[in-house]
Amino acid sequence: MLGYALRRIAGIVPVLLILLTVSFFVIRLAPGGPFASARALSARTRAELRARYGLDRPLPVQYAAYLRALAHGDLGRSYSLRDEPVAALIGAGLPVSAELGAAALVLGVLSGIALGIGAVLRRGGLIDRALAPLAAVTLALPSFVTGPLLALVFGLWLRWLPVAGWQPDTPRDLVLPAITLALPLAASIARLTRAGLLETLSASYIRTARARGLGRARVLWHHALRPALVPVVSYLGPAATYLVTGSLVVETVFELPGTGRYLVMGAIDRDYTLVMGMVLVYGTLTLLANLGADLLHAWLDPRVRHEPE
Amino acid sequence: MSSIPASAEAHGASGEATALLALKSLSVRFAGVPVVDAVSLAVHPGECLGVVGESGAGKSLTFLAALGLAPPSARVSGEARFGATELIGRSERTLDALRGRRIGVVFQDPMGALTPHLRIGTQLTEPIRRHTGLSARAARARALELLEQVRLGEPARCLQQYPYELSGGMRQRVLLAIALSCDPQLVILDEPTTALDVTIQAQILALLAHIKRERGIGLVLVTHDFAALAGLADRVAVMRNGRVIETGSAAQVFHAPREPYTRELLAAAREPPGPAAAAAAADASGTGAPVLAVEDLAVHYRRRAPGLRRAAFVALEALNVALAPGESLAVVGESGCGKSTLTRAALRLIGVAHGRIAWLGRDVGTLPERRLRPLRRALQLIFQDPLASLDPHLTVERLVGEPLEVHHRALGAAARAERVAAMLERVGLDPALGARRPHELSGGQCQRVGIARAMMLAPRLLVCDEPLSALDVRAQRQIGALLDALRREQGMSVLLVSHDLNAVRRLCERVLVLYQGRMAELGPSEALLTRPLHPYTRALLEAVPVADPDVQPGRLGAVPLSERGPPAEPGGCVFRSRCPLASVRCAEEHPPWIEARAGHWVACHHWERGADGMLRA
Repeated sequence: MLGYALRRIAGIVPVLLILLTVSFFVIRLAPGGPFASARALSARTRAELRARYGLDRPLPVQYAAYLRALAHGDLGRSYSLRDEPVAALIGAGLPVSAELGAAALVLGVLSGIALGIGAVLRRGGLIDRALAPLAAVTLALPSFVTGPLLALVFGLWLRWLPVAGWQPDTPRDLVLPAITLALPLAASIARLTRAGLLETLSASYIRTARARGLGRARVLWHHALRPALVPVVSYLGPAATYLVTGSLVVETVFELPGTGRYLVMGAIDRDYTLVMGMVLVYGTLTLLANLGADLLHAWLDPRVRHEPE
Repeated sequence: MSSIPASAEAHGASGEATALLALKSLSVRFAGVPVVDAVSLAVHPGECLGVVGESGAGKSLTFLAALGLAPPSARVSGEARFGATELIGRSERTLDALRGRRIGVVFQDPMGALTPHLRIGTQLTEPIRRHTGLSARAARARALELLEQVRLGEPARCLQQYPYELSGGMRQRVLLAIALSCDPQLVILDEPTTALDVTIQAQILALLAHIKRERGIGLVLVTHDFAALAGLADRVAVMRNGRVIETGSAAQVFHAPREPYTRELLAAAREPPGPAAAAAAADASGTGAPVLAVEDLAVHYRRRAPGLRRAAFVALEALNVALAPGESLAVVGESGCGKSTLTRAALRLIGVAHGRIAWLGRDVGTLPERRLRPLRRALQLIFQDPLASLDPHLTVERLVGEPLEVHHRALGAAARAERVAAMLERVGLDPALGARRPHELSGGQCQRVGIARAMMLAPRLLVCDEPLSALDVRAQRQIGALLDALRREQGMSVLLVSHDLNAVRRLCERVLVLYQGRMAELGPSEALLTRPLHPYTRALLEAVPVADPDVQPGRLGAVPLSERGPPAEPGGCVFRSRCPLASVRCAEEHPPWIEARAGHWVACHHWERGADGMLRA
């Protein structure tokens, strides 16, 4: 298991390098540049700015300089946001985004699995019958609709929770955004859990377990649930990508000072260093999430660990 | 109902009162359709009841229903008494107190019957801990004891392993250990040996006979194979279409069956040796190049050994065999011996390490796939699982006509339909079935569709990979006869991969025995199957159960081979670790491939010693 984990972690570095390389060149190939829009600058000022940020050098030289700086932990300075170091911008926003993402992930996975199990325990019961239509509605509604809707009900009418905004050390601020972000996740996971559990419960080894008189609870928790969760775990990789992109919208809707907005701003303003910083952060997160999913998979199914490559 | 008086007779006046398990008018319906119909049976302490019948007869479902393990859509009625407790309609909680504790069950499919992600130790100790309240340490000690009783080597290591690390025979032993773990009064075995090799089957049957003798518990042995019951069952019940059609003592049912259907099943199990198959159309054979020939063929698989080292696994080594036009050759051996690998490599469906392959006299070893395709027409395949090998979305007519669509595009739809209908008729299918899809057909019918499809292009060679093993006894005979007739008519060659030595004798002129990817023996089937030269061939033959309760018990005592060990060290004879004749020479020197008798080849240093000991029974 440990050898498998180490091999997989070592595999992340080259993937990340490829991701950074492709992003580095693609964003520079896109039309326009950092100082092309916004204010009308004289040709001379623009040339001076470009020279200051090293943008007048050939691309391979810029790329080598970027990698060298990166190796020293220097992500560069933002072009558009008052010359702030990108590392500082991310350092300020990431805790908020990470808290939101983690909360949504835990909420979505736990409630999804619980609902899926509930539906299977009582076939044809309330949860089982309500699950499919509810999941369809939840998945169809974009979060810029569900977010304001939740804010309207729980913030304005019931006045239980703040409508928007964020203060440090006030978890209440994150409740509605986390729920908004978690809803589609919970819906998908509930459906996957239900389907997976129904399939494993009809497996031959479940019959053997029942024939041993192990009792319903033991059969469900020890024999059926682990294999049933394999599809859920496989979905965690794509789920991480969803959380990253979904957080852009949710952070905007609920006015959270997270990092999501930097990705949008950076892309629009052609703020190369900011975009590269965000690609590095979100790329690492996504790869780690996929790695975590694979390690969980190996834990669920011992055969995976010994599989030849 | 007839079984109750019968059992009362056999066990004196107290009969029913002492029964361990008594079923009375037990019925199981799916959507109103009875699948088990008013079955009455009884099992007594120390007795083995054999329940025999073809698939779909409702034999397994009868006992699953009695234990509350039938699928949720089943409607169960009637009575099933275990001692004084009625089982039908009881809560899971009540049943859980009996299942695993008083009643053990072993299911058919040892590959799927163990939970894949839990260690053997966990699965074996959990019923012990639950039912007897032993501590974890005491349960582990008990588990080790049980694994020794079912004769599993290295029990301590086995406890730490996962099911996928064990062979089919080892898993079946583990399942038996689990069933026996809480000293049950009754053990129900559902086709316990069906999925296993003959040599392993013989060991498991011998183990069951031993357990029955030692423990004096009641056994129910559910099977489609009369031979598996011989020597074990004290009483036999024959089921057909959900009903018990005949019950009686083993001697009575085996020697004086009342029902014609019972006689038919017995006849199928007691296939008389009969004349071995002869070559098709004598004028076609002997002339012309071999249809298929391999020379010095070797296939190696790379697989990851535990840890980071890679180890090459030798699947086939030094294979030399040629198949003349019109000839039928069988390849036999235990699972994992390389039978299927040989057919796949010879058809160039997998890569080979080295060796020469020729089709119809033409060297194809180096031809690219694009150039092979026109030649492939002459070499057709049929598979073991007839249903899985047919596209479920297509009708029978499309399936059978597909080869024509691919290889004879000029043919019009009407002409194609005509040829398809003629072929369906030829393989014994009503052309009206052409509109159906595979899942609407029986196993035998599906296999006929597979054969019809392969025959559509009039192949020169038909490769059959275990074509009979998924079928019922009667369907096996019919399909076997069909293959034989087609071969004679068309003068084509047949390469048959099978573990059923009776079928091999009927269908093939020559037999090749493989052991661990190497040729052990090759010869005319009559000679090889009655006077084998290689000790391994002899062991295979002795392991085949005989459907006669007077002969079989002696065979159950003498187990010819141990469980397959690890692959032998390189150098020397690969079979030596299991061989009763092994000597120092066998460890040092690889036995040469010699023609011991005319056309009868063997790779054994001691074949002359082996040939003296005539086949028992």
